[in-house]
Amino acid sequence: MPRRNMVEAIRDAMDVAMGRDDNVVVFGEDVGYFGGVFRCTQGLQQKYGANRCFDAPISESGIVGAAVGMAAYGLRPCVEIQFADYVYPAYDQIVSEAARLRYRSNGQFTAPMVIRMPTGGGIFGGQTHSQSPEALFTHVCGLKTVVPSNPHDAKGLLIAAIEDDDPVIFLEPKRLYNGPFDGHHDRPVTPWSRHPQGEVPDGHYTLPLGKAAVRRAGTGVTVLAYGTMVYVAEAAAEESGVDAEIIDLRTLLPLDLETIVESVRKTGRCVVVHEATLTSGFGAELAALVQEHCFYHLEAPVMRVTGWDTPYPHAQEWDYFPGPDRVGRTLKAVMEA
Amino acid sequence: MSERQPLSFHVPAPAVRPGGTPDFSDVTIPKAGSVRRPPVDARAEDIRDLAFSIIRVLNRESEAVGPWAGLLSDAELLEGLRHMMTLRAFDARMQMAQRQGKTSFYMQHMGEEAVSCAFRKALEPGDMNFPTYRQAGLLIAGGYPMVEMMNQIYSNENDPLKGRQLPVLYSVRDHGFFTVSGNLATQYIQAVGWAMASAMKGDTKIAAAWIGDGSTAESDFHAALVFASTYKAPVVLNIVNNQWAISTFQGIARGGSGTFAARGLGFGMPALRVDGNDYLAVHAVAKWAVERAHRGLGPTVIEYVTYRVGAHSTSDDPSAYRPKTESDAWPLGDPVIRLKNHLIARGAWSEERHKQREAEIMAEVIAAQKEAEAHGTLHSGPHPSARDMFEGVYAEMPPHLRRQRQQAGY
Repeated sequence: MPRRNMVEAIRDAMDVAMGRDDNVVVFGEDVGYFGGVFRCTQGLQQKYGANRCFDAPISESGIVGAAVGMAAYGLRPCVEIQFADYVYPAYDQIVSEAARLRYRSNGQFTAPMVIRMPTGGGIFGGQTHSQSPEALFTHVCGLKTVVPSNPHDAKGLLIAAIEDDDPVIFLEPKRLYNGPFDGHHDRPVTPWSRHPQGEVPDGHYTLPLGKAAVRRAGTGVTVLAYGTMVYVAEAAAEESGVDAEIIDLRTLLPLDLETIVESVRKTGRCVVVHEATLTSGFGAELAALVQEHCFYHLEAPVMRVTGWDTPYPHAQEWDYFPGPDRVGRTLKAVMEA
Repeated sequence: MSERQPLSFHVPAPAVRPGGTPDFSDVTIPKAGSVRRPPVDARAEDIRDLAFSIIRVLNRESEAVGPWAGLLSDAELLEGLRHMMTLRAFDARMQMAQRQGKTSFYMQHMGEEAVSCAFRKALEPGDMNFPTYRQAGLLIAGGYPMVEMMNQIYSNENDPLKGRQLPVLYSVRDHGFFTVSGNLATQYIQAVGWAMASAMKGDTKIAAAWIGDGSTAESDFHAALVFASTYKAPVVLNIVNNQWAISTFQGIARGGSGTFAARGLGFGMPALRVDGNDYLAVHAVAKWAVERAHRGLGPTVIEYVTYRVGAHSTSDDPSAYRPKTESDAWPLGDPVIRLKNHLIARGAWSEERHKQREAEIMAEVIAAQKEAEAHGTLHSGPHPSARDMFEGVYAEMPPHLRRQRQQAGY
């Protein structure tokens, strides 16, 4: 089986989708000739021509707004926002337009489009290269929000997102582009080539949007995580000795509530882990759903381990990032509750 | 240092407020027929003067004069007059329907009928408009049934949008009318994207973008101009300058210098200003820009100089911010009367036939209204099911929406 890192898997997904459907087009800042600042679109312009993959002016609302118009025409744009931290100028187009097109036109116009954006911290990115804005999208009806955690999922989910008839926010944890990261920043990073999830089949395959994956089976506590936090949670479980069941949500909306509820009803405990800030973060929705659907099975309060309610700092990177120590302590605390 | 005075802050204000005498002496109106008609492949830098003048065809004697005249037959002009009169009658009835509580909201086109009605006749089948909420003339002139428009306004059981959308925010794909959004200017860049798509696919269709004077201040206006200019998209970028954005006069969006059309010059795009109350001029300029786009010569910016005679909406009272008689003083007059007088001058029309036509049109509108009201109005009669509320958020209803629909009792 070929091995790919996450960048290569994402590029391969676009390559496969463009090869299968002439209506798939890819554009964004530095996406064309140069192949993207993270190399995710390298070679696509050469292979498919500037009609299919091209550079855009530095205008996020322009990129998303133009994509909405293209989608209304009948194309399937897969656009890139260089960093999730820079998506805000496009927020009006995403929320008021892409997400509502189908509803407000009663299906006359639709927005089958994907907005890819590198997300997350752990890279000394400071305030504007580290944010995790997923809750700003999961709150918007009409959008789907996806966060892959490994190359295999990234490719299958991105092809599924491009083929999906609704607008999909595709958040790529840039900390995972080259290899899994468990929060131990003092240790060298293992490349994807030495990780089983780095095995990425050639050609076309999809993973269903709205389906979670159990990464580690356990009986003590259910951990709900996505993106980089999946590996942090795995490390925390090993190091704390808590027999945690770790669920990688993969799609935040629509959410795989069934898998979550089944696990929490079995373990009786639940910890939610995300990089994003705590207050009104996606963890709040998860905690609310768990207590609503699993109240009589819960042995302890649902706990959240998240980024602090501050802008993402630079020098204090590892005091901010919810690492395996912090997660492990919460796992133990929940087990003792 | 001592030569410097404290800075002062400039806030533009209209020349006249309520109680004052309307004054448009600062609006320079060139003589009809005086502005040249360049070839459609003219370079933007060679026609910069057209962004600072006003293309006009109908003169004070109601004659069609100059290089932009002569494109339309008597029959086509009579049809245009009928469209504008229909839109005006439609507006009058829907305004009244709102006052009677049959709908929650309405927005009129009074004074601006020529802009959308004439533009529509310059387009070709398959071209797509990205309108604002004040271009219903595109639908009327395109032959879309009035009763369907009313069904939308009434949110009744036949509402094509299932009661989900505010009145007048129509969506009619088959008539080249993109779904109107409440969020201003968003459609301007979308039109450019649609036009880019047509070019990317080697298609022959073009897009028309629409925006008002006030909304040109939105950032999506700028994005649209950048993208249209960068990719030479086949799009006509229309700016309807009706002098008012609710209560703010156009100087708040533009300041005191330049014109809205001139905004296009900085992007290297041909930019023209046209008398928005002159059906013949609007049509001729639209045709010029549409032809440019169809021939792959790139985008064009058009500013329609007109005046918003009516209130901004049924929720607005213009007497609170401008003189009541200001529209009477507007130097470009009324589009319906000007076309009527031109047709009379041509010997193709008469005052009697006009009065008769007015009555016929009103009867048509009232008949359509009766038909629509038989299918319900906002607060009475049949209406869309609450079940429809949950449909169409996604292509397929996800589990959480199915749960919510069940909770709602459906």
